[in-house]
Amino acid sequence: MKVSSRFSSYLFVVVLALLSGPVFAQHDDHGHGHDHDHDSHEQSHATEAGEHGGCGDHTEDGEYDPVSTVMNHIADANEFHIWKGVHIPLPVFLYAPEHGWTTGTSSMFHHGESAVDRYVLNHGRANRIADDNFPMGEVHLDGILHQVETTTDAKGKTKETDVYYACAKGELWKLDKPSTLDGGILGGGITSFYDFSITKNVFTMILASLLLIFIWGAVAKGYKKNEGKAPSGIQSFFEPFFTFIRDEVTKPMIGPRYERFQPFIMTLFFFILFCNLLGLVPFFPGGANVTGNLAVTLVLAVLAFIITNIHGNGHYWEHVVWMPGVPTFVKPILTIVEVLGLFIKPFSLMIRLFANISAGHIIILSLIGLIFLFGENGNSVGGAATGAFIGGLFTAFMNLIELLVAFLQAFIFAILTASYIGAAVEEHEHNDHEHAH
Amino acid sequence: MGAIGAGIAALGAGIGVGLIGSHAMDAIARQPEAVGDIRNNMIVTAALVEGAALFAIVVGLLAG
Repeated sequence: MKVSSRFSSYLFVVVLALLSGPVFAQHDDHGHGHDHDHDSHEQSHATEAGEHGGCGDHTEDGEYDPVSTVMNHIADANEFHIWKGVHIPLPVFLYAPEHGWTTGTSSMFHHGESAVDRYVLNHGRANRIADDNFPMGEVHLDGILHQVETTTDAKGKTKETDVYYACAKGELWKLDKPSTLDGGILGGGITSFYDFSITKNVFTMILASLLLIFIWGAVAKGYKKNEGKAPSGIQSFFEPFFTFIRDEVTKPMIGPRYERFQPFIMTLFFFILFCNLLGLVPFFPGGANVTGNLAVTLVLAVLAFIITNIHGNGHYWEHVVWMPGVPTFVKPILTIVEVLGLFIKPFSLMIRLFANISAGHIIILSLIGLIFLFGENGNSVGGAATGAFIGGLFTAFMNLIELLVAFLQAFIFAILTASYIGAAVEEHEHNDHEHAH
Repeated sequence: MGAIGAGIAALGAGIGVGLIGSHAMDAIARQPEAVGDIRNNMIVTAALVEGAALFAIVVGLLAG
């Protein structure tokens, strides 16, 4: 039974990976590397805003830009980039109101060399050419041009925006931003299309959920089988985690009615933990920055907010709207503070997890980036070796810290959620309290 | 400017987390049997302090 469930989980992953087409059927990739490599399809130089005559100046000497490289790595993507020229495609489901659905796999874009139904893969993310004159179907692209456009507003403030152009048929076609639904970090905006694809993050979340279902299914089965006996197998490994969450998190924080919330807190803890740990694996099937994505942490925080407030009892709401035991003129002030607090609590949960995990990824990627910075785009082998030595050592060190952070942040999210729930369901010995005053 | 702001935020959070740690150590030295409770509260408080710093860092990133 255990073997078959494990087998089916592997099968699912394999099917999902193969579903989207041949893994290693690669197009000749002329140096379009995202991973720890300079992006030769781009120019990071700030160029003047405006039309360029064709793609003539689209040269191969793009400088290494550490900031954009790091930001592209921590963002979501529509395909897994393994190394230069090797990608694992993922299913894409794109919808534009004008012409309906476009489905397939990300391999149909040939890593940004083809446009399909006006969609283009830019830095692994689906973008759309928002121009009705661009032909539908598959069109070969000569490349994607990156420009920094400087706009000056009325106050004389200059604002730099990254604009991408697809080069096809000797013309430049402006790309729309990636859809907000892809969870692009702090990016996106209102776009002309919707991206419902199985992206890296979605894939990793499905993987983490399946792992949890299979592991805890086996553990639950173990409890049935070994009732009254010592735990065995995988059950022995996970029992300390379970008792830890129960004895250190839910029992002291929520109080006597902790059993009701134990499943929720456990799910939060283990989902965040598994996503964090998968995010630390630098290669497939890890490498997706799931918990460092604002959209994911937003949903987790909203769940915590809803569950806290629907279980709030009379005492809790009394304390929120009309704080007892303080002078009347203070009460309205406290109401404002408390109502704000209702929203600030889940908001800080959201930001804390996102910022901790993203910061860790940014630091590791910056240390790896030292290799290319010291190596001067491959012109200095000695510099690259020095960078690799220093960066490698620090990356190993940071990975150990991140391992601690992965556990700590999952624990903190769980314990804070438990304490918020605890405050909401607490049966106050309120009367005694007031007598004492 | 964003980088300077993030640096100042990290400074404040560093002092805060340091104070939490030092006082927790004091408390553990006084009452070694309460080490479990103290550690839990220490982590939660440190997380709250860190949360303030991370808000500042995110604002710093957004401000550029």
